[in-house]
Amino acid sequence: MEQLFDLAQTPLRELNQALHDCLPDAAESVWRIVNPKGEHAVACGIDTPADVQIQGHVGYYCAGMNKQAHVVIHGNAGTGVAENMMSGLVRVKGNASQSAGATGHGGLLVIEGNAAARCGISLKGLDIVVRGSVGHMSGFMAQRGSLVICGDAGHALGDSIYEAKIFLKGKAQELGADCVEKELAEEHLTFLAALLESAEVDADASDFRRYGSARCLYHFDIDNADAYA
Amino acid sequence: MTTEHPGLRESNLFNRDVIHEIQRAAREGIYGIRGWGSKRYLPHFDDLVFLGASMSRYPLEGYRERCDTDVVIGDRYASKPLHLKIPITIAGMSFGALSAQAKEALGRGASAVGTSTTTGDGGMTPEERESSTQLVYQVLPSRYGMNPDDLRKADAIEVVLGQGAKPGGGGMLLGLKMNERVAAMRDLPPGIDQRSACRHPDWTGPDDLEIKIRELRELTDWEKPLFIKIGASRPYYDTALAVKAGADVIVLDGMQGGTGATQDVFIEHVGIPTMPALRQAVEALMELDMHRVVQLIVSGGIRSGADVAKALAMGADAVSIGTAALIALGDNSPEFDEEYRKLGSAAGYYDDYQAGCDPAGISTQDETLASRLDPVLGGDGWQTICAPSPWRRRSLPGPVVNPTC
Repeated sequence: MEQLFDLAQTPLRELNQALHDCLPDAAESVWRIVNPKGEHAVACGIDTPADVQIQGHVGYYCAGMNKQAHVVIHGNAGTGVAENMMSGLVRVKGNASQSAGATGHGGLLVIEGNAAARCGISLKGLDIVVRGSVGHMSGFMAQRGSLVICGDAGHALGDSIYEAKIFLKGKAQELGADCVEKELAEEHLTFLAALLESAEVDADASDFRRYGSARCLYHFDIDNADAYA
Repeated sequence: MTTEHPGLRESNLFNRDVIHEIQRAAREGIYGIRGWGSKRYLPHFDDLVFLGASMSRYPLEGYRERCDTDVVIGDRYASKPLHLKIPITIAGMSFGALSAQAKEALGRGASAVGTSTTTGDGGMTPEERESSTQLVYQVLPSRYGMNPDDLRKADAIEVVLGQGAKPGGGGMLLGLKMNERVAAMRDLPPGIDQRSACRHPDWTGPDDLEIKIRELRELTDWEKPLFIKIGASRPYYDTALAVKAGADVIVLDGMQGGTGATQDVFIEHVGIPTMPALRQAVEALMELDMHRVVQLIVSGGIRSGADVAKALAMGADAVSIGTAALIALGDNSPEFDEEYRKLGSAAGYYDDYQAGCDPAGISTQDETLASRLDPVLGGDGWQTICAPSPWRRRSLPGPVVNPTC
């Protein structure tokens, strides 16, 4: 049975507490949230197999640290949507503000519009698919996981990147320190095609380029000083 | 500066330490990195003395009359504040910078004396959680090991904006200490020189921080006290902004604060000392009518019960110790002098925490070295060192001034 929360009538605290009261091994539950009106921290900290549909725009940190749940935002998302998410799926039907999916450890984040600056910053295993373009410093210090961009990327893409993978269909205004283009091998094409399919994004994997770390900044060495420029 | 050879004068400006550093930099081509904290002279609590009781102040009998040392931390908004038996907590130090044994020993000692310990830039280890009855979980810019399960397991949450040894700088963990376990906890390749981010990934100013703190409270159902830790740089303004952002507790780390690995130039030339920083923070709290409402924990060079008492007398609610706790575990002990000398150092001078070769088994990830530190004995030792501090503190207010202690 679907649970309906109208945030124009019910305090956010009651919604989040109700979601937190669901046990991790509970049966799947269905939630519909209306009138979010840019509220912050909507549906954050879920750890249960819930299907959460949010009808409208949300503020900062929606679905933060999500585990298991499938959260769909039928609108735009503010800063840090799905920050540090661990598993499950978060889908933004509109655009996302800065730091989308920041430090995410696992699961899948799909942004059907554009994402602003620092998308996928410090990634730790999450996969992000952006149907549009991303802003500057996206993939900064990204450690694990992947960032797929079907549009273009702003300045300093993948700056100081570690072992995360960036797939870009359009153009990057500029690559960041220690970020280089890498071969798009068969294994990467297979991985990317499967990820695009999971994200329900219609794009051809072979149209993308792959970027990753040149690994020049992995050790302090005066000979690598130019890599910081 | 005359040496044992009359006529030879050492330059005050270019003394032997300076000459050594210039020549090292020319040879290696990169700044020096080390652990410990500032080593140059800075104004400190030694420059203060108490006024004893006399005609105008009534003394207490220090060892007989009741004098409580407990303190409640974080009751501004949190439904489950910390209740510490002593106003001395253990500062955040990472598993990675320290061995698992050292972290466990700190937890055991802190639990035995009824106070809290703190995670660090590497996440929470099971040993640390198990050995600590009250554990503060740090949310750092790197977010290494950050996960909601550990957040919920914590007794308090500390959002770290900076530390006194390097306000504005990110952490370092050189490859020598990035073994398989440490690397896995941080989602990084083993053996690399790890650089932590210096700014948070999902907020960029005090207004954002207020929203971030609200998210952390929502995530944990408003149970946990929320600390904000600042490195002493602009403590008057930062304290006011931390209050505005919704902190239950402010942790203020002065320039004397320790570090596992930082550029020497950063340690010695950035920040302001603990004592003036504390005065500015208290001033900000009093102006906002928030003194003793938002608790203030001060750290950076706290070595003794006298330092604790002076910090509290200046307006702190509690202190944190880091370097002193490591010394209590055996850091820089004369028993390791021979081994320190093999490393080019000596007992009393050792600060190469970044190198991972610590003979005391504290600032290392080498299993053989780390196994030298027995977490049970280490915890007992640090407890024994810590326990007298409240006694010293209690011995002071009696003859000094405070009839309400």
